Amino acid sequence: MAGSTLASPSAEPVPAVAVGAPAVSPARDTWRRFKRHRLAMGSSVVLGLLIFGVVIGPWIWPVPINEIDFAAQLETPSFAHPLGTDDLGQDILARMIYGGRISLAVGLAAMMVAILVGVVIGALAGMSRGALAIILMWVTDLFLSLPQLPLLLLVIYLFREQLKAAFGVEGGVFMLIVVVIGGLRWMPVTRLVRAQFLSLREKEFVEAARAQGATKFRQIVVHILPNALGPVIVAATIEVSSAIIAESTLSFLGLGFPPDIPTWGRLLFDAKDHLDSAPHWALFPGIAIFLTVLSINFIGDGLRDALDPRRVI
Amino acid sequence: MSAARNLLHGVDGPRRALHRSRVPEETAVLNYLIRRLLLAIPSLLGISVILFVVLALAPGDPFEELATNPNVPPEVREALRTKFGLNDPIMVRYFRWLFAMVQGDWGFSFASRINVDTLIWQRVPTTLFVVGSSQLLALAIALPVGIYAATRPYSIFDQIANTLAFVGFSLPTFFTGLLLILIFSVSLDWLPFVYRSDIAATGWRWYWENLRQAIMPITVLGLFQAASYTRYVRSAVLDVIQLDYVTTARAKGLSERAVTLRHVTRNALIPVVTLVALQMPAVFGGAIVTEQIFRIPGIGSLLISAILANDTPVIMAVTFVFSCLVVLFNLIADLLYGWLDPRISFG
Repeated sequence: MAGSTLASPSAEPVPAVAVGAPAVSPARDTWRRFKRHRLAMGSSVVLGLLIFGVVIGPWIWPVPINEIDFAAQLETPSFAHPLGTDDLGQDILARMIYGGRISLAVGLAAMMVAILVGVVIGALAGMSRGALAIILMWVTDLFLSLPQLPLLLLVIYLFREQLKAAFGVEGGVFMLIVVVIGGLRWMPVTRLVRAQFLSLREKEFVEAARAQGATKFRQIVVHILPNALGPVIVAATIEVSSAIIAESTLSFLGLGFPPDIPTWGRLLFDAKDHLDSAPHWALFPGIAIFLTVLSINFIGDGLRDALDPRRVI
Repeated sequence: MSAARNLLHGVDGPRRALHRSRVPEETAVLNYLIRRLLLAIPSLLGISVILFVVLALAPGDPFEELATNPNVPPEVREALRTKFGLNDPIMVRYFRWLFAMVQGDWGFSFASRINVDTLIWQRVPTTLFVVGSSQLLALAIALPVGIYAATRPYSIFDQIANTLAFVGFSLPTFFTGLLLILIFSVSLDWLPFVYRSDIAATGWRWYWENLRQAIMPITVLGLFQAASYTRYVRSAVLDVIQLDYVTTARAKGLSERAVTLRHVTRNALIPVVTLVALQMPAVFGGAIVTEQIFRIPGIGSLLISAILANDTPVIMAVTFVFSCLVVLFNLIADLLYGWLDPRISFG
């Protein structure tokens, strides 16, 4: 850790940084700004309730998701089935609780894949001054001009059977969908991170670290990345909602999760042929997807305002 | 792709304007177009490599069904594989496939029993019609709303437009499609929800029926895009409206209308063109979903049915056509820059 030794003795006896103003941590300051965004605050409550619902739902509503009851086909919402039943008499509330867990998990996991790939490639492209940056940005631009949905469909169709055999039905499809969605959505993050790196790497504090002998890796991880985090957090929020939409789209086209894993998109796919007799079957999962995506987008907007230190709120 | 590059590096206008050539305008535009087309070739090649690698890595085999069929002896299957060249090394297969694609020979559909190019060209016009009209609708909504909202930032109108835009792009196309079917086809019974290409009517009636069945798909796609475009237009106009030359225009005594339309909008449109071009992959993705919901006979629904039928040549060709369309629209965006930004000379 040669880089962390102090360069000059004058740096040592620095007193408490803020004397006059009360010290406010960045996190607290962000929270104070975030609270001003009413829609984002409301959305946090809605999203919190949704997550709470799907996480503890199975204990409150312990109805099996695949209990077939031909006496109760396509029933409208009632006391026994709060969200009605589908064409096999299965309880839609139970299926939505189960599917919501999968949909949210796919969104979070695909976001992590996209952010990980995006940050690594963006950091490499932002730090390199040679051919590597040009090649990486060419690849990024290439991926940006790929038609994502056709490619998603192609990859999932071609590799589904293999992964099912290797990791089981649920795990295989889950992994495939997460990796493919994440693998086709890292490009915006890369461009964002690279742009941040290009300006940050020339800043005085990075130059100071460089002068003290900090390695490239240390410059990136300790000095540049924390300062580039704001936009990445906002992008991550948006990634979650687009990954949820992507997964629902795949399932809606009948090429995502199999019928025994009722994600919200899959429920819509099953419901779309019964619109005239059982509109509630399509409405509830659709509203769930809409509310989740909308609240995540609003939270992203609130975070964008809150994390931008130049904006005075 | 080049649209994306412009977003990143800024439009490199001034540098190019320095050595503006003296060739006539049309030749200059043609030269520019040819140069852009040549620049698009590496990206198309890259896309073709990605597509082919994905296909080659996949375990599926178009002749697998023959293996389980007891009526087809293994020798016949092997002969078929050799005939179709499936036993050759991957590089050979790639280049053979690439040359065939370039020459317009896209193979033979296993499922439909006709040539893939015939199948696709039958359906491309429908897709282009739906996508094109929805883009026009999106811009027709986004431009006025975005500009009006930006000239009155944080007003009631702006806040409502902003909230509606959020709602608009949080509503997935498949859900809006189902909602519209539920309201206008099932409940009100105003519009048909299955798109038919064989309408038995002539003259004006034919046009009317076609319009009626196209309303819902175009609305679904158009509203979704309009939501994100409105935000682009608003923020682009907001950036431009604070610049000094706009103040100068006002100080000259120009009417607010002239300032907004002639001075602000034209400059604000440059970043909007970039963002719209970047949205193209998403637009075609939305087209696939919409075509599937309303059963429109376009290339998107062809892709889905080909995937379900394991019809590899069609899947590859449709995906490639989608990529070409994306590249084509980026090219159009490049030409629009030249028109919008006089600093970019075509020479």
